[in-house]
Amino acid sequence: MPRPRSRSYHVQLPMKAAPPSRLAESGDLIVARPEGLYCPPGDFYIDPWRPVERAVITHAHSDHARIGHGHYLAQEGSEGILRTRLGEITLQTLPYGEAIEHRGVRLSLHPAGHVLGSAQVRLEHAGRVWVASGDYKTEPDGTCAPFEPVPCDTFITESTFGLPIYRWPTQAALFTEIDDWWRGNAAQGRASVLFCYAFGKAQRILHGVDASIGPIVVHGAVEPLDAVYRAAGVELPPTLRVTDPGVDAAVLKRALVLAPPSAQGTPWMRRFGNYSDAFASGWMQLRGTRRRRGVDRGFVMSDHADWPGLQQAIAGTGAERVFVTHGSVAVLVRWLREAGLDAQGFKTEYGDEDSDSAAAAPAAATPVEAGAADRAE
Amino acid sequence: MKQFAALYRELDTTTSSLAKQAALQRYLKEAAPADAAWAVYFLAGGKPRQLVPASLLRLLAQQAAGLPEWLFDESYEAVGDLAETISLLLPPPTESHEMGLAEWIEAHLLPLRKTPPELLADTLRAQWRRLAVEERLVYFKLITGGFRVGVSRLQVTQALAAVGALDAKRVAQRLMGYTHIAGQPSAADYAALIAPESHGELDQKTSGEPYPFFLAHPFNQQLASFDALLGTPAQWIVEWKWDGIRAQLVKRAGQVWLWSRGEELVTDRFPELATLGEALPDGTVVDGEIVVWRDDKVQPFAELQRRIGRKTLGAKLLREIPVVLLAYDLLEWQGRDLRALPQQERRALLDDLVASAAHPTLIASPMLHGTDWQDLARQREQARAMGVEGMMLKQRDASYGVGRTKEAGVWWKWKIDPLSVDAVLVYAQRGHGRRASLYSDYTFAVWDAPPEAPERKLVPFAKAYSGLTDAEMARVDAVIRKTTIESFGPVRSVKPTLVFELGFEGIARSGRHKSGIAVRFPRMLRWREDKPVEEADSLQTLAALLPA
Repeated sequence: MPRPRSRSYHVQLPMKAAPPSRLAESGDLIVARPEGLYCPPGDFYIDPWRPVERAVITHAHSDHARIGHGHYLAQEGSEGILRTRLGEITLQTLPYGEAIEHRGVRLSLHPAGHVLGSAQVRLEHAGRVWVASGDYKTEPDGTCAPFEPVPCDTFITESTFGLPIYRWPTQAALFTEIDDWWRGNAAQGRASVLFCYAFGKAQRILHGVDASIGPIVVHGAVEPLDAVYRAAGVELPPTLRVTDPGVDAAVLKRALVLAPPSAQGTPWMRRFGNYSDAFASGWMQLRGTRRRRGVDRGFVMSDHADWPGLQQAIAGTGAERVFVTHGSVAVLVRWLREAGLDAQGFKTEYGDEDSDSAAAAPAAATPVEAGAADRAE
Repeated sequence: MKQFAALYRELDTTTSSLAKQAALQRYLKEAAPADAAWAVYFLAGGKPRQLVPASLLRLLAQQAAGLPEWLFDESYEAVGDLAETISLLLPPPTESHEMGLAEWIEAHLLPLRKTPPELLADTLRAQWRRLAVEERLVYFKLITGGFRVGVSRLQVTQALAAVGALDAKRVAQRLMGYTHIAGQPSAADYAALIAPESHGELDQKTSGEPYPFFLAHPFNQQLASFDALLGTPAQWIVEWKWDGIRAQLVKRAGQVWLWSRGEELVTDRFPELATLGEALPDGTVVDGEIVVWRDDKVQPFAELQRRIGRKTLGAKLLREIPVVLLAYDLLEWQGRDLRALPQQERRALLDDLVASAAHPTLIASPMLHGTDWQDLARQREQARAMGVEGMMLKQRDASYGVGRTKEAGVWWKWKIDPLSVDAVLVYAQRGHGRRASLYSDYTFAVWDAPPEAPERKLVPFAKAYSGLTDAEMARVDAVIRKTTIESFGPVRSVKPTLVFELGFEGIARSGRHKSGIAVRFPRMLRWREDKPVEEADSLQTLAALLPA
């Protein structure tokens, strides 16, 4: 296979935000500051990565909800996880769609379809409407409020999977694949170990699989998050822990086991004997990343929008101006510009510009503590 | 086609060789023989001539996907594989088909080569509309000729042997030439692969087939343990390990075939060896190494590459870069298969043959003698000066095995330690396949002047992409992303912060390289995290390694 030649078309687009001063003067509702995305008239930040006085949190994944802010505002579904994770914080919550006023800025939160409590942030001030998406997924999955397009003038979108090679299978096709794999293993007397992030993805799998195939065992990092989902009224099948009485080799042989990626290759896995393993992630779309993961199967499952989802979401807002953050920023900016939109990149610290390698890195390189184990892709 | 696509997927997704073997055998038993014939061809490494120019394929795929060229290219860079990229980008099929692999290839794929360019686009689009999503990858792999699926030829041989209840060595012989570029394997050809052994087969008088090559294993033990592991040198035939092209020269029924280890027929590339073959009696097969030989001395491999690279061989080139066959084994003599004979008996017959042939392009690879292993180790120190890679150790009483088997005796390659320098990583490129989206291919530089010189610069001199563990590579990848200066397509230039010990097998002056130096088989020996960039080596260090 010949390597791609370097080509002259490859123009790097400006990816850094312009200096805050200029943007602030221009009256933008959200600007990029070293601390994070900032709303000048409201004097607060959205998902800041450095400690600030006021932070609006789109969702409770650890790269968006960080420790050390003075005041937190989040969707009410996030409360349980934020408090578990961040401890003593000053937290105010809002239901979806309910607006509050802060220093003349009207703020409301709207479903992002990413994980429980994930929200898009709508800001209205002086006749302008801006929406910051946080992370989002457009296909409903039954474990969180489905994504809603929010009309706005300016939309800030993520771009984790901002290439047309990323097109997700439907929920139905995905779960047929997972069920078939589990059923096949159970028939051969092998445990089915499915590595997935503990917050969001694990619950989505629990909600979607055919629980009649066999028992379901969850890792200790998954269990507390299941409890939060159940408390929020999300229907999850009964699950076991390996330490539960009656969970013996015979049970494990037929079981579906959900564990965070950090469990791969640890002594915890030994109890499952000759198991089949799999990894659930949008990055599994590519053979290279699938093989690099070193698991038997890769299921293409993401809590981010795929390429068609990004297009649909952006078009659905009717926005004429689009800021693109973490992911394939340059690609999506160029694509939107060619479609006639006023698009530019925002530099954020939610992930590397090419965060694919971070997600695809060998399990050994993944931090082991529970907080990082359920990190979003 | 559906069956074959399912097999491909199965082979591609499992890492277990048992599971692969089971999948192969199941497929071979279930598939129609005409389909199995082609499946074996591709799985065993066969590659038809280019069916569609890659640039045209890209253009049509890009149009069919409705994407601008730059976005197609961005996608390709992220995926790292053209066939997979196109598979992911095409719109869903609108029609269906029930054709098997053979029908696809014979009626639709091979004719693409002869399709006039103005019709090619429509023909391809019509094919793409019918292909199921899960068949696409295999289809485009067949078209782009990049068919690699993590099964070795040996595994395919073993699966065929199991299906046909045959000895794997017999199947290996039958597979010789099966994967020829112009091959068009039929149901009958497949049947012949797994058919019971025939009389004609046992009598190879007219066949041009070589024997499966017997391959050596690396031997990296401490000298002190040689006696315990190997016994005395008297039990071994010791030779230099030549750095050339391994080949078998087959002479039967008045005809000559020269086969490279890659089972490629290379007779046309080396007319002086074809002439040699004509001078040998029928029923002779010699195993040896093709090397460039001048002034009674082997020349660097780079010279041989100049020969391989040429489409036409002029008289001048043949004069300037003359080759010989350094013979080290005789596999057939007077029509008799000698492989079961002990190594030393084959060698004695070979020496007789070389002496009686007295041909300028046939030289017996000299046997080396030492009083003990220490003595041989001292002799081995001359290896680099002689332009060889080390020594070969062959058990005197061993027969000639198949591939990397060890049951019939063993050949060891006792290579010299590579040359090495500490070099600085200056460019990184994304890898392919398993390493797509990981910066895994690096360009290394050394300083152009010694440390005391003012304003010295880093000069790139070698590229390397092997030698790191996956975990190390992931860390290096992270550093590259953090220290990127500029991106040019898939390549990034980085701030010089990373120092690696680079090993290589040979070094020569080169007018084609900016550094003036070319190294052979460069690879990363280790990551020198302890070493600051300023302490990396210089061009002067490299120059000191050049052979006098």
